[in-house]
Amino acid sequence: MRPENYQAVSQPPSNEYELNIGPNHPGIEGNYALKLKLEGDTVVEARADAGYLHRGFEKLMEGRLWMQNIALVPRICVPDPAHMEVCYSLGVEMLGGLEVPERAQWLRVMQLELSRITAHLFYFGGAAATMGMYSNMFWGVADRDLVLDLFEEFTGGRVYSMYNVPGGVRRDIPAGFLGRLSAVLDYLDSRLEDYDNLFFSNYVVVHRARGTGAMNRQQALEWGVTGPNLRATGLAFDLRRDDSYLVYDQLEFDIPVEEGGDALSRILVRRRELVESIRILRQVAEHLPHIGGPVRCPIPNPLAWNVPRGESYARVESSKGELAYYTVSDGGDRPWRVHVRGPSQMHAVQVLENLSVGSRIEDIAQIMFTLDACPPEVDR
Amino acid sequence: MADVSYKSKGSILNPLRTLSFLTRKPVTLPLEPREAAANYRGFHLNDWEKCIGCSTCQKICDNEAITMVQIPGLPSDPVKGVRAQRPAIDYGRCCWCGLCVDVCPTASLSLSREYIHTCGSNELDSYFVLPDPNGIHDKFFGHGWQKTADSDLIDLERQEMPERGAQERLQSFDEFVGGYDTQQAIVEASRCVQCGMCHDACPAHMHAPEYIRAIWEQDLEEAVRQIYRTNPFASVCGRICTRRCESACSIGVRGEPVAIRWLKRYAMDAVGHERVREIATGSCGDFISGRRVAVVGAGPAGLTAAADLARAGHQVTVYEALPAPGGMMRYGIPAYRLPYGRIDDDVDVIRAMGVEIRCNTRIGTDISMESLQQEHDAVLLAIGLQFGRSTRIPGADHEAVHSAVDLLRRIALEEPVTVPESAVVIGGGNVAMDIARSLARLQIREHGRASVTLTALEDAGHMLADPVEIRETHEEGISILPGRGPKECRLKGDGRLEGLVTVKVLSIFDESGRFAPRYDESDMQLHEAQMVIEAIGQMADTTLLGDELTERLEWNRGRLQVDDGGRTSEDWLWAAGDMVSGPDVIHAVADGHRVAASIETYLAETVEAAP
Repeated sequence: MRPENYQAVSQPPSNEYELNIGPNHPGIEGNYALKLKLEGDTVVEARADAGYLHRGFEKLMEGRLWMQNIALVPRICVPDPAHMEVCYSLGVEMLGGLEVPERAQWLRVMQLELSRITAHLFYFGGAAATMGMYSNMFWGVADRDLVLDLFEEFTGGRVYSMYNVPGGVRRDIPAGFLGRLSAVLDYLDSRLEDYDNLFFSNYVVVHRARGTGAMNRQQALEWGVTGPNLRATGLAFDLRRDDSYLVYDQLEFDIPVEEGGDALSRILVRRRELVESIRILRQVAEHLPHIGGPVRCPIPNPLAWNVPRGESYARVESSKGELAYYTVSDGGDRPWRVHVRGPSQMHAVQVLENLSVGSRIEDIAQIMFTLDACPPEVDR
Repeated sequence: MADVSYKSKGSILNPLRTLSFLTRKPVTLPLEPREAAANYRGFHLNDWEKCIGCSTCQKICDNEAITMVQIPGLPSDPVKGVRAQRPAIDYGRCCWCGLCVDVCPTASLSLSREYIHTCGSNELDSYFVLPDPNGIHDKFFGHGWQKTADSDLIDLERQEMPERGAQERLQSFDEFVGGYDTQQAIVEASRCVQCGMCHDACPAHMHAPEYIRAIWEQDLEEAVRQIYRTNPFASVCGRICTRRCESACSIGVRGEPVAIRWLKRYAMDAVGHERVREIATGSCGDFISGRRVAVVGAGPAGLTAAADLARAGHQVTVYEALPAPGGMMRYGIPAYRLPYGRIDDDVDVIRAMGVEIRCNTRIGTDISMESLQQEHDAVLLAIGLQFGRSTRIPGADHEAVHSAVDLLRRIALEEPVTVPESAVVIGGGNVAMDIARSLARLQIREHGRASVTLTALEDAGHMLADPVEIRETHEEGISILPGRGPKECRLKGDGRLEGLVTVKVLSIFDESGRFAPRYDESDMQLHEAQMVIEAIGQMADTTLLGDELTERLEWNRGRLQVDDGGRTSEDWLWAAGDMVSGPDVIHAVADGHRVAASIETYLAETVEAAP
């Protein structure tokens, strides 16, 4: 070796190092990885890696019949699958010019709000767990099970309802169901105080979460933040009110906002949304007996169903934010292209990368979970 | 509800609140077995009695979790639309969406209320399950997700066919069924689940799933191409086929079968004759074998065989005694069901394939069988059944008693027919309906009113005619008297016909299933009429064969004895169609294909045998 070619190997300073988090860790509802560069305990750079949960949903959908996709789309978001099937169905209905009967629209709202409740209960447990508090998780999962019992009863499935088809829902609710729904809502109402005492007004939680992973409204808008995460920055934007779908315009509910833009605000917005969902469901239970008619409009044989050529963009307010399906049909019996605008993509990639920088290592899981990202939604 | 008081500083006494939980029920549920919801989507159950093995569940399954498994010993009947196969589920793939249940045409599939299935080591293949009504490993947890009117994904109602009302259609012999328009045809075609039961049930094994799919895709030329793979009489069959396909259709188990016949008609009419001819002759090669085949009789069997042989390059000549080709299609089926123009269209395509048809040429009179044999390498007899059978009751030989086929032929030939003011038809089959309805039209034309009575041996539930035709006959004001047997054609004192006397039928067949009707002679009725028509069956006129050939040939109960390929005991002579089998156009077409294949094999063998 000639001396002029010799170069010393550059060693990073001993206080800088790289840390891989994931793909399996409690900070997120699925497989997801973060590659962090740290200086001491402070994150100086973060790279998100969503590919660990790539299942190729969008490509798979191109190979399946319009009807078959209803069994696939709920898998794009396990904690909140109802919004996936409803949004997909809305997109196909726009293309096909299908008029969903009113009763089906009320049933869909019921399903969506119950799904939002299950997602938020799940979230409370996860958010608490990232702070080392596990009782909340056991409670959240146990109470969520009561809602899953309701799902089992009216959709036939506990988690993946697969209750919707383009044109309506697959069947009506069984006799006496609304009474059991009200009983579960009463129970959840009665539990809120326990949750508050345990978690939401817990001194440790409040001080641990306040100021963590904070963003302002301007940043949120630039990064494409939607849903509760956006409302946690003080902007009252909710598609249920601002671009109303189904029968949300006939329902009374408030849009909770918090000003902090931090982990605490994100947690509290969801806590208050739970109350609004219960309020909506009580109105559904009251209205539904007065709305008759079919639960599905006539649709063609699913094996020979050509959806008219065109494109549609359907969006709903999921528990995570704005969920949309961009659907293109070439007039054939299966989609030519489906793009899922999952809210988690923004939250788990650019938002998380930006908020991580400058945070301490022990806060990363909390930032991650309070953003409520759903990995399969990120990389479809 | 109180808002969240997170701004509180908390209290040192807060932990004491948790003491209240000691008196409360735990939020977690005890791990005890519990019953699933009535609607639960558990594991598959399949009612094997209802299941027909149509495999629609397999087609809708988005995970390819369903495999159709052949089950030895199960009934398999293509005519009834039943296959000896049942769905098996791979639970490594199933996602429990239940679409298989919602789409099942027979409603045999359902899901159970079993949450979790576990099994012991002695139970193999536990997760590749052939569902039956008893649950996996005979553990039955009750029915969960089942088909409901809400969830049924099968369209049970067919598109209504536009047709003219009974009074209007009685005024003429014009076709009264309008035919589907494009939108109706697409919707009707979309009801098909592509199970292929129709293909299996069709005597000619027409590619119905393929042409229905093509119609749905609006590729009508492809539909015509698929139709001509197996049937050169599509315009005809699109109107008067007895449609075994629809009887076997899996949609027909719970609803109205797909209108396969009308869809075929739609494709043929929509493409138009000129283009159909181009498509149908497009597959004809220019190979010329130099072999000559004679076909006697230009009915569906003879012309189908002729078309097959011509397409294979043989020189085929069809000899027809009557003035126009078509056989019973033209001279047995009235024009209001099958306009002559549509027969001409189909025959024109067959001519374009290279078949020569010589009408007004009666074999045995104009040309002898011997000369046919000498001038051709093979001869096919497809002469049909031209003679009507007689009841041979007293008075049946009266001049006012006619055979239905004879009368229908005379009406088609526009020969003068004495139209009676009232007539009685004996018989309950399609021919009886045809002659009754034809006579009613002639009566309206000549006398201004129709009066036709039809008497059938069978009771109303077992009449031999197509139910649609029975309904239409009813609509046209013809009185149908089921369960009446002919006793005598009673004459008046001046020798003229007074009418038909019938008696009540007690039973038609004896204990061993032979035809031996028993009557209640005390229940006797006279149906006054100036004409009685017998429509109880036909037989072949084989006098054209000549005494010597008739003597040489082998016969079986009055019918020519033929082998599986339709070949008679003479190696140069084949027979096909109604004269050996029957009973309708589509069977004749199937027979034509079968015999043409046999003749081709013979011609190929004799070429190879030549030095």
